[in-house]
Amino acid sequence: MSEARDEILARVRGALARDPATLTARRQAVAQMIATPQAGPRPQPRGDLAARFAERSLSMSSTVDRLATRADVPAAVARYLAANSLPGTGVCWPELADLDWQSAGLVLAGRPAGGDDLLGITGTFCAIAETGTLMLLSGPQTAATTSLLPETHIAVVPASRIVSDMEAAFALLRSERGSLPRAVNFVSGPSRTGDIEQTIVLGAHGPYRVHLLILDNE
Amino acid sequence: MRQQSMHFAARVGERLADVKLQANLKTAKGKFVDMRAAAVRAFDADAKACAAAAGQADAIDFEAVRDAAQAIRSKVIDDLDVWLETFEAKATAGGATVLWARNGAEVCAHTLEIARRHGLQKAIKSKSMLSEEADLNAALEAGGVQPVETDLGEYILQIAGNEAPSHIIAPVIHKNLDEVADLFSRTHKKPRQTDIPALTREAREALREHFLSADMGISGGNFLIAESGGVALVTNEGNGRMVTTLPKVHVVITGIEKVVPTLDDVATLLRVLTRSATGQSISNYVSLLTGVKGEGDPDGPEHLYFILVDNGRSTLLDDDFRDMLRCIRCGACMNHCPVYQTVGGHAYGWVYPGPMGSVLTPMFTGLERALDLPQASTLCNQCGSVCPVRIPLSQLLRTLRERQTTRGLRPWSERLGGKAWAWLAMRPAFYARAARLLSRYLGWLAGGEDRIRVLGLAPAWTLGRDLPAPQGGTFRDRYAARRRNTQ
Ligand code: SF4
Repeated sequence: MSEARDEILARVRGALARDPATLTARRQAVAQMIATPQAGPRPQPRGDLAARFAERSLSMSSTVDRLATRADVPAAVARYLAANSLPGTGVCWPELADLDWQSAGLVLAGRPAGGDDLLGITGTFCAIAETGTLMLLSGPQTAATTSLLPETHIAVVPASRIVSDMEAAFALLRSERGSLPRAVNFVSGPSRTGDIEQTIVLGAHGPYRVHLLILDNE
Repeated sequence: MRQQSMHFAARVGERLADVKLQANLKTAKGKFVDMRAAAVRAFDADAKACAAAAGQADAIDFEAVRDAAQAIRSKVIDDLDVWLETFEAKATAGGATVLWARNGAEVCAHTLEIARRHGLQKAIKSKSMLSEEADLNAALEAGGVQPVETDLGEYILQIAGNEAPSHIIAPVIHKNLDEVADLFSRTHKKPRQTDIPALTREAREALREHFLSADMGISGGNFLIAESGGVALVTNEGNGRMVTTLPKVHVVITGIEKVVPTLDDVATLLRVLTRSATGQSISNYVSLLTGVKGEGDPDGPEHLYFILVDNGRSTLLDDDFRDMLRCIRCGACMNHCPVYQTVGGHAYGWVYPGPMGSVLTPMFTGLERALDLPQASTLCNQCGSVCPVRIPLSQLLRTLRERQTTRGLRPWSERLGGKAWAWLAMRPAFYARAARLLSRYLGWLAGGEDRIRVLGLAPAWTLGRDLPAPQGGTFRDRYAARRRNTQ
């Protein structure tokens, strides 16, 4: 149905009533705009971004724990699960599989989550202080399902990876990766719905709870 | 969706008489308004605090972000042809297939063809207003594909016998807890629960199976990103992520006007979108989806299709209505509309209710098929004053009214009245006498009271209100008397 394509574009061109001679120039202008993205007006938090990230995360109904290093993660996870009477079995991204889960009494498999897994532990590409948001990139080692299917999502967030806003996160993505992965998922707190009588309920189709472990020394 | 917009007045009557609906609307009324206002205040305070911390005297505010959002949307609409080509080229290079649909029928045809090509049987859907425009669910069912709505609100509507949504953000705002409880116990064959979290869990469990077994995912899209050739999806429930992650085929159905230039522009638009819609500083999930499952990826669709739909949008590019194409479907205009708050979304009779619907429905489906909608406004412009991309909604409604009049679509009584008034207004002496007569007639109707309870010439007008009786003579008489006295 490329007939539809041509007709729609012709209709659009007709209605815009632009001089056909300007088409090349307009194409160049568009290419230029894409090549030089401009950040818009925004608050731009500075200073202690980890504190700001923690505070905004709480307002999005996440919970937060601050640790020193990666090695502290298993014990912190065990503490959190015990405090909330949650089972100590689940899945994690492979990059976290080497942690000493066993000593903390936990059983974590370094594989993508399935429909029955109750706990998913991920890292993050970076995190955003403005809104208390994780930026997760899909990839062979970073399954998107791990932060989605389980009832509990725990994310490990090195403080050095907390940036001020989404624009800064995009800049980081462009410089470190060049192009976008299949899925960039910005996650801000547990899933929720307000569809029944505008009453907010946490835990719609995704996790009921999101717990963030900020690593202050990493 | 079957169009009913030509019966607005009759449907309004039914809605006003519906005690349950009126109670439900009252519960909702004001909630969204307060949440948006609080979010805007919080944003401004935050921007101020950030500026102060950085030692800057001037802080940006929400209005500045609205200006930027408006500029982004206008920029795209003014060169829409080029932005569409650019998006198409990027998306195709990223591994997606871009299809075009002139109307709803072509949307259905494309979707069914995709299902047939890949042998797909079950489609999980996250909210897409375009699917309502195209009546896609009926087409899927007829074509042997089972459609499952997964947004909680849309799911409730589907199991209620394919009811139409009454709000673009909160589709079941017209139903209360009791009605949902009845519906769930009937559908899920489980004991009736009346606790909202328990009902939400019940839906979660019912839908989980579908998420895990579906082979087709159908979503709308909030923005098509020209920079990446991908789509941005803004959701809270997580169903949007399921729909775009689990099935092997993902179909995105969006209007042609949804393109935005860059990722940075997405960030700007998000700041106004979620605050205007639900008062959130950001929604729980924002997903940017580009291309298909890569080498070694454990999840993601193997095939990604975009269906870019016109269905009347190109007619809005006409200078008078071009502003409307900036719309980012936040719903703020209906949340703030006194008419919407009173009659609810179903009265509008098509996919889009409220002020934006009163502009879109006549433009998409024909002026003569939605005669009452441009009139269904007090022109108070609450809508225009909160619209994040500054669409002059009441101005557009006025323009539609003008078009109705010039095309002779208003009732004979109104046309005659207009003509009579114009005739009089051009003859000052007659006008003065007629005004005097009318004033006397109204005085007689009032019968000594200060108000008229039944207006003889137009009794319907006084059904819900009184007309104040004229006090003293006409303006012209009083003005003349005053000049005499001061001379
Ligand atoms: S017209 Fe404006 S306020 Fe209404 S839905 Fe569109 S963007 Fe939102």
